[in-house]
Amino acid sequence: MDRIIATELTKTFQLKPGQTVRVDGIDTNAITVLNGLDLTIRRGEFITLVGPSGSGKSVFLDIVGGLTQATSGAAYIDGERIVKPDPRMAYVFQQYALFPWRTALENVEYALEVRGVSKAERRQKARHFLSLFGLGGFEDRYPSQLSGGMQQRVAIARSLTTDPEVLLMDEPFAALDAQTRDILQSELLRIWERIGCTVIFVTHSIDEAVFLADRVVAMTARPGIVKEIIDIDLPRPRDTEIRNTPEFAELRGRVWNVLRDEVQKAQKDWALASATAH
Amino acid sequence: MTFVLEKPASESSAFDFWRKRASVSRPTGRPTSTFVAGLPLLIAFCALWEIAPRLGWMNPIFFPPLSSVLAALLDLIASGTMGKHIGISLQRAALGFGLAVAVAIPLGFLMGRYTPFEKATDLLVQTLRNTSQFALLPVFVLLLGIGEASKIAITFYAAVFFLLVNTIVGVKSVDPLLLKAARSMGTSDWDLFRKVIFPWAIPFIVAGARLGVKASLFSVIAAEMLAARSGIGYLIQNSQLMLKSADMYAGIITLTIVGLLLNYGLVWMEKRATHWRASDGNPT
Repeated sequence: MDRIIATELTKTFQLKPGQTVRVDGIDTNAITVLNGLDLTIRRGEFITLVGPSGSGKSVFLDIVGGLTQATSGAAYIDGERIVKPDPRMAYVFQQYALFPWRTALENVEYALEVRGVSKAERRQKARHFLSLFGLGGFEDRYPSQLSGGMQQRVAIARSLTTDPEVLLMDEPFAALDAQTRDILQSELLRIWERIGCTVIFVTHSIDEAVFLADRVVAMTARPGIVKEIIDIDLPRPRDTEIRNTPEFAELRGRVWNVLRDEVQKAQKDWALASATAH
Repeated sequence: MTFVLEKPASESSAFDFWRKRASVSRPTGRPTSTFVAGLPLLIAFCALWEIAPRLGWMNPIFFPPLSSVLAALLDLIASGTMGKHIGISLQRAALGFGLAVAVAIPLGFLMGRYTPFEKATDLLVQTLRNTSQFALLPVFVLLLGIGEASKIAITFYAAVFFLLVNTIVGVKSVDPLLLKAARSMGTSDWDLFRKVIFPWAIPFIVAGARLGVKASLFSVIAAEMLAARSGIGYLIQNSQLMLKSADMYAGIITLTIVGLLLNYGLVWMEKRATHWRASDGNPT
């Protein structure tokens, strides 16, 4: 059963009047980052989205998350057109986006708090999700007193409190060191296998994309469309050892082959990539 | 100088703390050590104050020795005169300041959040802000009389712009990522103000309040010197006219002490308002 459907999504950013950039030899003040993206995501599926900088991965996530409007085309959740943040979805950001003045527990409570859930109930739920991520005992720490990995655990815990059907993750582990990243990937899989929600996970890491996904969606260089979808038929549950198998290496190679040309194209696009930030 | 005041001291540090997550090492015990290190010079200053008039280096009628000043101060305290004057001055400053808070924070939120509103109001605010509250005192006296209202008006005017400018800066500097995250969780506009923008702006507002409280106090003293029959400013000015110079210095010292206490109180408040920042490398 299909959960998320995107049909012919396009997104064009308009620069401020007077500002121009050079795109393909032509001066313009409009940058197209998505150029008719079609994608269907099944219920309970773990999708990873890879592609060179500027291919519109994050923009796609923002459109699905209802945080920005597509220039044309539309995204649907369970057949309903998405026009604003949907309570069935939750968003996890690369930079954690925790409220620095709230403790870990209060941060996790936030999503339920703004939905009007009673204090006792949201507190209990927040504790549950913190302990799920091994953060029992850290409830009263402020974000500034937690490591990056712990902060991202808090942020993911916060996103799960509302029992989302779709979890949107925008390079959530990109700011972490390699070891922490490995650990969090496994933790995420462990918890996802229990919860069974749909995940759309944007990443720059091909290794991460293959390790997590049911399907890897490879995007073209800007303006982005889906270039190829690679099925990852590795067995679950997966642990980090699976990376050493020939099957994993082969899949990683396939994804890299799909992306190689696009990354080279994107290299010529540096000025634009920085102008549009992703 | 006005430009400097627009940038609250806490702005850059506020970002450093949250963005880099790096623990900023604020040497603990620094206030104590500066106090101890500075004590000898302060004692020397007091000693000079005592000796200079006694040895005839200064005229004791205009510059009485410190001991006489302290004796006069004790007399003023014992008779209740000092308490009465300080009380009325602080009351005026507090009323004016409270009024400034009530006006500046909502206005600052509107100006910081709604660009069209800011564009429409900014020029008037800048114009008023650059008009000295002291220059306006005669206007306040003309319009509001010599009583309490004119004193409260000048303290209000002195404080309101510090608070307003800092509130605007605070509201404008909210991390867009936090706004985005809040929106993704379905935060209503009202909750966005209450639970995201306001907490973010608090350190900025408190920094503005520190400047505003001082400005309020200074303004009320000046106003009392020019047009009042009570208050510590009046006491100082009147003692000078009556050539009770010991009383005059007693008033000045009291004012200094009140200023110091207020400042420490506000620093403490500022620390409390930002207690969630990492103060050192060790998590609590």
